[in-house]
Amino acid sequence: MTHIPIDHRDVPAVPHADKITVRELDFFYGDFQALAGITVGIQERGVTAFIGPSGCGKSTFLRCFNRMNDLIPGTKVGGTILIDDEDIYASGIDPVDLRRRVGMIFQQPNPFPMSIYDNVAFGPRLHGMTRKSDLDEIVQRSMERANLWKEVKDILPRGGLTLSGGQQQRLCIARVLAVEPDIMLMDEPCSAIDPTSVQKIEDLMAELKDRITIIIVTHNMQQAARVSDETAFFLQERTGEPAELVEFGRTAEIFTSPKDRRTEDYITGRFG
Amino acid sequence: MADQPITTGAPAEKKSTLKLMSKATYAKEAALRSVFLVCATVAVAGVALIFVFVGVRGWPIIQDPGLGAFLFGKVWSSSAGEFGILPLVTGTFAITIGSLVLGAPLAVGTAVFLSEIASPKVRSIVRPAVELLAGVPSVVYGFFGLIILRPIIADITGGLGFGPLTASIVLAVMIVPTIATLTEDALGSVVPGIREASYAMGATTWQTIHKVLLPAASVGIIDAVILGMGRAVGETMAVVMLAGNAPQFFKGPGEPISTLTSQIVIDMSYASGTHRTALFAMAVILFLISMGLVALVRLISSRKETR
Amino acid sequence: MDKRLTNRIAVSFLWFCAATTVAVLGAVILYVFVNGIGQLSPAFIFTKPHGVNFEGGIGPTIVSTLYVTALAMLIVTPIGVLAAVYLAEYAVQGRLVRIIRFAADSLASVPSIIMGLFGLALFVESMHIGFSMISAALALSFLMLPIVMRTTEEAIRAVPRYIRWGSYGLGASKWQTVSRVVLPAAMSRILTGLILASGRAVGETAVVIFTMGQAIHLPISPLESGRPMTVHLYMLAMEGINLPAAYGTALLLMIMILFFNLTARWLLRRNRRMQG
Repeated sequence: MTHIPIDHRDVPAVPHADKITVRELDFFYGDFQALAGITVGIQERGVTAFIGPSGCGKSTFLRCFNRMNDLIPGTKVGGTILIDDEDIYASGIDPVDLRRRVGMIFQQPNPFPMSIYDNVAFGPRLHGMTRKSDLDEIVQRSMERANLWKEVKDILPRGGLTLSGGQQQRLCIARVLAVEPDIMLMDEPCSAIDPTSVQKIEDLMAELKDRITIIIVTHNMQQAARVSDETAFFLQERTGEPAELVEFGRTAEIFTSPKDRRTEDYITGRFG
Repeated sequence: MADQPITTGAPAEKKSTLKLMSKATYAKEAALRSVFLVCATVAVAGVALIFVFVGVRGWPIIQDPGLGAFLFGKVWSSSAGEFGILPLVTGTFAITIGSLVLGAPLAVGTAVFLSEIASPKVRSIVRPAVELLAGVPSVVYGFFGLIILRPIIADITGGLGFGPLTASIVLAVMIVPTIATLTEDALGSVVPGIREASYAMGATTWQTIHKVLLPAASVGIIDAVILGMGRAVGETMAVVMLAGNAPQFFKGPGEPISTLTSQIVIDMSYASGTHRTALFAMAVILFLISMGLVALVRLISSRKETR
Repeated sequence: MDKRLTNRIAVSFLWFCAATTVAVLGAVILYVFVNGIGQLSPAFIFTKPHGVNFEGGIGPTIVSTLYVTALAMLIVTPIGVLAAVYLAEYAVQGRLVRIIRFAADSLASVPSIIMGLFGLALFVESMHIGFSMISAALALSFLMLPIVMRTTEEAIRAVPRYIRWGSYGLGASKWQTVSRVVLPAAMSRILTGLILASGRAVGETAVVIFTMGQAIHLPISPLESGRPMTVHLYMLAMEGINLPAAYGTALLLMIMILFFNLTARWLLRRNRRMQG
């Protein structure tokens, strides 16, 4: 794969090069192979949606990008994942460093049991920022980017867990933004929060994608259609067999004229 | 704003950050891990140290008076230089059995009550009471038994009221928290659903308890009783204050006896030579008993898991 | 027999069991309180005992008890908490972990008298520290270690997994996650365990009687001996002298234990409210 040397910043809306390149990825939980031979390129600065029936390995795949799966004993990875042309599974790559660049939002909003301020300041502090003025600035900026600042600027010392579910999720987004990642993984970020908050998070994604590469796993196909530029459809054909990438392409095309019959079946609601 | 240098790893130009395995961090993590491991092994070291330091002082008992004479000797008399612990072992046994007979049903009953019958409000009174009972110092139990219970027992059995009955009653109360808490845990971990299934078939509360729940939790309850037994065997101060401390065989519920633990406390302050050796050897035996009970519980629990 | 009748009898028996348990606690507390309350005065708490019958106060014994408890907490807290961190966060199930758990369980069930003899043999005699606060605190800390380890490990395990993920997801290392997220989140439950363990130390007799000594003495340095409240109560009760002082000592002991327990319960409740 060759990279065309253009400055992406000048043309933010049009995706060009691949930010992430996945080649022949296999993934195992112990003896069970969860993913087989996945090859895909994720565009820079855009939203890519992973869709597919429950248990088809979308979340497992997502967690490969920041090596969260390393935390589960007995997992194995085959194939390569390149981020900015660097193999993130190469020896000498520190998953801890990787995760600073690849932020993650989880299904369950998971603010730490500490104040709203401390939640957002957690990452910067982790990575050595101590000056109060620097922290104040980055906390405010991150919350502004997460569209949360107006709601919480007067209650920063309050516990993060006192916020509503939707606010908690935006707090988690702000917390990730504070470490300035260039990729953000979102694992069904809207499935545990109320519908009115979903709108806010979708709007937020549209704003963020100008600067950040977003990958979202979602069960909600309307959501995938609304927020994403490209869509990947995963399917595990039979129980016990690994999941595969069935189809990948522009979201508009996947949802209007899928090439694979299985994609069509899924999108039109015939199974899954 | 985006170009402002930020220590947290601004993305674009920092391809190399990924390559730089932070060796210092890794060394620190590994060092910390070893520190934690060392802390965790302090418990193992503790057990080993107890064995070594108590054991070394008790070891000479093998030569003088010999293991047989020590374990099965019928006379404990420091003035006569005879150190047979059979009367003390039987004393420990008598008081332990007595406290289990009285305390185990009380404790299991309390636990079943807490888990199956009590309303949340009643539970919020009984459970703290059980926990507090565990916190009362054994010397306070001994004092209470000495002042209140002993005269009552004296009236019933004749004599001074020191003896296995008094000690067993007080010990029964002392082992209630141990057994009750563990039994309640066991009842709480009974597979959800079978309780409802039993009620749905028209079983009464009691039928559900004794036909379904107690059998389902039986292993846990046996564990609880064994650990309660360990507590009774090892209990010291209350027994010293109530058993009468006469190293003789069981003659009746109101006749003074002595136990392994109480004899150690009574004699330790002045014992020397073989006498002192015997006391340390008794401690080793107590330790082996209590570890044996723990091992028994582990064995029973692991059997359950494989079943 | 009619199953309803059986049921009624059985349920009554269960009520009886619970009522007995509560009544016994009530009786002990009430009795100690009624008989001891008249004793409590600043003079009793702050002055020294004197004379053959230990008239006067019990000040030095209170100091000895608090001294040894604080010292033991100082020793056991870092070791117990870090050991629990190892077991909950780092250890891989295996032989070593099984041995550690078995050792901790064994320590937890060791009769306190053995811990007393152990302290006597190792700290007082072999290490020549003599009867002292530090000998007693070291022996006590072995007694408290399994309590602290167990409660801390439970507290750490109760912290939800997804909270850890949040931290790892931000690029935190294991120790950063443990020290900045997991331990603070588990803090109130860890404190509860520490408080309960110190309650245990306050009430302990058999360990300290052979490691601290029995002489009434106001300890200043950790190498000095003393007599804790429990031993004082034991001596007074066994010799049948000065019962009022015995009641007063027992009441103060109970007040301390109650204070520790109630503080622990309050912490737990507060914690539950904050997370719930």
